[in-house]
Amino acid sequence: MSTAQDLPAGDAVTTAPPAGGPPDRDRARLLRRQRRSRWDLKLSPYLYISPFFILFAIVGLYPLLYTGYLSFFQWNRNQYSRGEFIGLDNFTFVLTDPVFQKSLVNTFSIFLLSSVPQIVIAVAVAALLDTRLRGRTFWRMSVLLPFVVAPAAAVLIFGSFFADQSGLINQVLTHLGLDPIRWHVDRFWSHFAIAGMVNWRWTGYNALIVLAAMQAVPRDLYEAAALDGAGRIRQFFAVTLPMIRPTIVFVVITSTIGGLQIFTEPRLFDNTPNREGGPDHQYMTSTLYIYVKGIEDQFYGRASAAAFLLFLIIIAIVLLNFGLTRLATRKAGRA
Amino acid sequence: MRNTFSGPPHRSASPVRRSRLTKALATAATATLVLGATAACGGNSDPTKSAEQKKLGGSDKLTLTTFGEFGYDSLIEEWNAAHPDIQVEQTKVSKWDDWKNELNTNLQAGSGLPDVVALEGDFMPAVVANPDAWVDLSSPDLDGRWLEFKSDAATTSDGRLFGYATDAGPEAICYRADLFARAGLPTDRAEVAALIGTWDDYFATGKQFKAEVADAAWYDASGSIAQAMLNQVEFPFEKADNTVAVDNDELRAIYDTVAAHVDLGTKAPQWSDDWTAAFSKDGIATVPCPGWMRANIRSNTGEPAPDGVIWDIADVFPGGGGNWGGSYLSVPKSSAHQAEAKEFAAWITAPEQQLKVFAETGNFPSQVAALEDPELLAATDAYFNDAPAGEIFSNRAAAITVQPHHGPLYSDILGKFQDAINRVDQGKDPDDSWKTFLSDVDALQ
Repeated sequence: MSTAQDLPAGDAVTTAPPAGGPPDRDRARLLRRQRRSRWDLKLSPYLYISPFFILFAIVGLYPLLYTGYLSFFQWNRNQYSRGEFIGLDNFTFVLTDPVFQKSLVNTFSIFLLSSVPQIVIAVAVAALLDTRLRGRTFWRMSVLLPFVVAPAAAVLIFGSFFADQSGLINQVLTHLGLDPIRWHVDRFWSHFAIAGMVNWRWTGYNALIVLAAMQAVPRDLYEAAALDGAGRIRQFFAVTLPMIRPTIVFVVITSTIGGLQIFTEPRLFDNTPNREGGPDHQYMTSTLYIYVKGIEDQFYGRASAAAFLLFLIIIAIVLLNFGLTRLATRKAGRA
Repeated sequence: MRNTFSGPPHRSASPVRRSRLTKALATAATATLVLGATAACGGNSDPTKSAEQKKLGGSDKLTLTTFGEFGYDSLIEEWNAAHPDIQVEQTKVSKWDDWKNELNTNLQAGSGLPDVVALEGDFMPAVVANPDAWVDLSSPDLDGRWLEFKSDAATTSDGRLFGYATDAGPEAICYRADLFARAGLPTDRAEVAALIGTWDDYFATGKQFKAEVADAAWYDASGSIAQAMLNQVEFPFEKADNTVAVDNDELRAIYDTVAAHVDLGTKAPQWSDDWTAAFSKDGIATVPCPGWMRANIRSNTGEPAPDGVIWDIADVFPGGGGNWGGSYLSVPKSSAHQAEAKEFAAWITAPEQQLKVFAETGNFPSQVAALEDPELLAATDAYFNDAPAGEIFSNRAAAITVQPHHGPLYSDILGKFQDAINRVDQGKDPDDSWKTFLSDVDALQ
């Protein structure tokens, strides 16, 4: 938050030595020391942050590059070994595979059905938790509870809700005289059910992050706003939202990355023996496609090509997202 | 904020020294990490190379991974008590499909496999196609021990054996006598057997049943009927030379028959929540029933059986005999204790042990000696109305005349075929679903 006026008049390093000056030898040593210190100053921060980057290079970057490398090769399913170099054939296969195209549509559909309501509800929940509540810690901990439940366990519970014939929801619907919903058949409803599981798990988590940001908003801003006659809703839109913009951007981006990689929920939601996102791939996500191609069908080249394409898509979406979120929250701030 | 960055380098020389130390440490750490990673990657990553053999000793244990229910718990206890120097530890995975994926991943990595691996029968062709990754288990002592079709499926053309068969899956029909009575059908097992000798009879009786009892399905799942019919075809998916040929008349005929009768089933995929639930609410009248299926019927229906529920077994299978499933124990080359692993696998698949498993879980033996055992022949199943299970399944095993040819892609294509059937269950047009099946199979090659 610094402006030009904050600049110090001058740095100690660049200012002239004190009048009178030390003898030459001392002066040389001082220079040497200063030079060393400058190196220290320049290098040390990089060393301090290096453990992450070293680890990332080994467990993140290396697999990433190797995936790219594999995507140019054939794969011998029986011998579990790399075959010949085949250029862009794997990419051609994946891009023309109707199943991959279907999986992309599914991924975006599930992503939109989960991330959008998730963030809106998370901000609303955070705003409610930010008020004076009795037993505040209890409420705040409670919203995190679904996050603690392992996704596999959660899916088992949801599985009994969403079963087509014997599921709890459909039993309630038929009791009310309505038609049962074919959760595992109808494409939209299967996405809806999966998005429901994702939202259940992640809304509380995001709410806590947003809440932390809200807590950091200086309280005197609200006092000032109140003095100016702003109501609670006006305060929320004029003070809170603009102040937590960086956090919203963060939450949107992380949930985009997560949302485009949904895997566990559709995999376990499926009840066919193959578990490839429904018999007609109604809810096969792109990550599931990669898993099926690589681990189940043993085509590591094709899986790598699909993984790389998904990687590029996620980067593109995140950049787009970043731009849009900044734009949107800035507008909200001006409103 | 700015001052921290542009501020003067001050204070004494000690930070300088510390920085040098940090640098040295960081260099060392980097070196260790990089070398460590390279070393880890450069390990025994070739699955076809035999691991160095070590003596089992101290806290080492022979590891075994099974899926579903092999009924080995008490046998392993027995073995461990008798062999203090070879202790066996079993890991159970609930579903074969999950274990298959993990297995493939481990084979890929060339590490992480247990000493003894349980494999579904459909996977054996993939093992035989990749003989370098597995230990040859053949031994003159064991010749003639198994039903021929079981050992043939695990043997290469040059006579190497890659799996010891654990059980076989001769199929009978399990049926609900009380639902048959409600539909006015005969309930006696001999009369039921006479009623459904061919598939045509089976489907016709099913229509008759559905006309009387609308709220129950005639069979458990379209997929299980499809699989039962597949098991009677010699070349369902692949020709004798292992080239894929799914667009053949026999397979299409099975597909069309099953697709035309989906209303007789529950329309739930086999093993799904709805499928399991249908057993407990009087939803299923008949089930194609390999020996091991009895354990599933028991646990899904509830034990003891709810009031009025009478399961029974008919000594018949539509269209003749059929074998469904039956697993193998194999030893991967990556095992460091191959001799012990082989010894243990041979023991636990021996006739005496198979008989104990049969008594406990109903998995039917795959060994000639066990099949002729008087105790087995006299065995009855109390849950299934005291049916003479031993005698029935021995008869069903003798009736098996055709074994489908299993090429290396068999189990993958089977999965796609089940998907195709499930799509029809869900209301898709059978012709469209068949086209999708053909393109799915294309993508496997």
